[in-house]
Amino acid sequence: MDAAISKSFEPLIRPAGLDGVLVSFGDALTEPANRAALAFATEVEKAGIDGVEDCAPSLVSVFVQFDPVHLEFEALVDRLEALLRDRNWFDAAMPEGRRFIRVPTVYGTDLAPQLDEAAKAAGLSSEEAITQLAESRVRVQTIGFAPGQPYLGLLPEAWDIPRQTALTKAVPEGALVVAIRQLVLFSVSSPTGWRHVGQTALKLFRPDSDTPFFLRPGDEVQFVPATPDVLKHHADDPNGGAEIEAIR
Amino acid sequence: MTRALNVHRIAPGATVQDRGRTGYRAFGVSCGGAADRLALAEGAALLGQSIDCAALELPGSGGVFEATAPLRIALTGAPMRAQMDGAPLAWSASHAVPVGARIEIGGALAGSYGYLHVGGGFQTPVRLGARSVHLAAGIGSAVQAQDVLPVAEDTGTEVGLCLPQDTRFEGGMLRMVESFQTGFFDPPTRDRFAQTIFRRDARANRMGMRLESEGAGFSTSEGLNILSESILPGDIQITGDGTPYLLLVESQTTGGYPRLGTVIPADLPRAVQTPAGGTMRFRFVSRDEAVQAQRRMQDHLAQLSKLCRPLVRDPSQMRELLSYQLISGVTAGDAPFSEE
Repeated sequence: MDAAISKSFEPLIRPAGLDGVLVSFGDALTEPANRAALAFATEVEKAGIDGVEDCAPSLVSVFVQFDPVHLEFEALVDRLEALLRDRNWFDAAMPEGRRFIRVPTVYGTDLAPQLDEAAKAAGLSSEEAITQLAESRVRVQTIGFAPGQPYLGLLPEAWDIPRQTALTKAVPEGALVVAIRQLVLFSVSSPTGWRHVGQTALKLFRPDSDTPFFLRPGDEVQFVPATPDVLKHHADDPNGGAEIEAIR
Repeated sequence: MTRALNVHRIAPGATVQDRGRTGYRAFGVSCGGAADRLALAEGAALLGQSIDCAALELPGSGGVFEATAPLRIALTGAPMRAQMDGAPLAWSASHAVPVGARIEIGGALAGSYGYLHVGGGFQTPVRLGARSVHLAAGIGSAVQAQDVLPVAEDTGTEVGLCLPQDTRFEGGMLRMVESFQTGFFDPPTRDRFAQTIFRRDARANRMGMRLESEGAGFSTSEGLNILSESILPGDIQITGDGTPYLLLVESQTTGGYPRLGTVIPADLPRAVQTPAGGTMRFRFVSRDEAVQAQRRMQDHLAQLSKLCRPLVRDPSQMRELLSYQLISGVTAGDAPFSEE
């Protein structure tokens, strides 16, 4: 990893409400910062700090929830700072057992009505937009927002487009949405400020299964163009017709 | 006969709730659980059982229920009109329910979320470590008419206890602390936020509530291109058009709209119980003050069972039971337990 990049941001510890702490490894999404967040979250969990109740990585940060009465904020910060000094977190390895997954995706049409609008925001024709999105091999940087729901990136620079000012009332399960060089694949129907550019038949969250979450941080995904008929064909397959291979 | 509660009629969106699930945030599942954690603890105290027991959360109004076995129940949270076979039932109290008795719970007289607890707790399926239904995540579903809710064995016997009526059902002042994105908002915007009277939007749910106000919104120019970051219940998120949303137990785990501050856990019961159209204001407090409030809340929760007193037909007790209705302007004659 580029040492110059990894040295440029000192990890930052800030309060998140009364009972949370956020440890950030960057203010923008970079691969080293994402690696650092994933690895540091695992380390905090392993440390088993008394008074810490939950811990989860986001894109470039780790959120630590604690009991502020039994563990003072300052004491927790000391512990976290000690863990931060242990090593250079920016060159941590990716999680084990990663996979490459190709997911059939309908771009545009009435199934994904904001493709044209998003392409315009990115300064591309709709055809160029589909080509760029379909050729991008993106990585799961974190799971969040909703159950099993991935943030994926990074897309080419043209896709550094803002979220909408108003929320879309609801996108369906399996919706592929875009903003700020990232894709999100929705695991439940939800309101969103991101633009709906593609539709898949993936079921990312299976609450009654032994393995309820389909994607994991570090997995790589490509959204392969498909017709609405292909999608319909995969409607009963929780994997939505996805092809899965191990990354070695 | 199996121990169960038959549901004859039920308010839309009623769900079985316990203290929710921790440890799944990394998988995108927020904690969820009872919207009003204090009400959950009050029910456990009234029935002398674990706070892990699951209860039925009733948003805005209740329903009609029938016991298939002798049950103990407790009613907590937003006070609602309640009757058993036509006789009024005191709210914030525990009662014995014979086999076949019909419990009718009407609309909320104040507040938003009422709770029906049963001795032993509801024994609905455990998913991802909890019985809590998480509507936003699609874990379980709302209770429907004709459902049969299984009830676990009850080791307790005591009924006829009550807790003093609380005043958290009318909105009011909510304390908040600064969070890691408060700095995105300039001081004049923060000050204006703290001076604004907000109204709870009628569409509020377990995910959050839109805060309506007169005048300009609270947008920040830095708001729309920041990275999605962790959310916790109590966060006040400002969407792109400047509208504030108070995020609650079933909110998403991360989000990209900036957060102006975070309502402290001790004030979340008051926040969620703000009735539709009710008003609230926000005040920034120091971390020290917030920790003090947290300590007082934990002490209060630990003391709840000591605050339970016998429910008696005593005029002085009566006044206390009725005080809530008198304060909120509902005539005493309308009180569901005016003949208690």
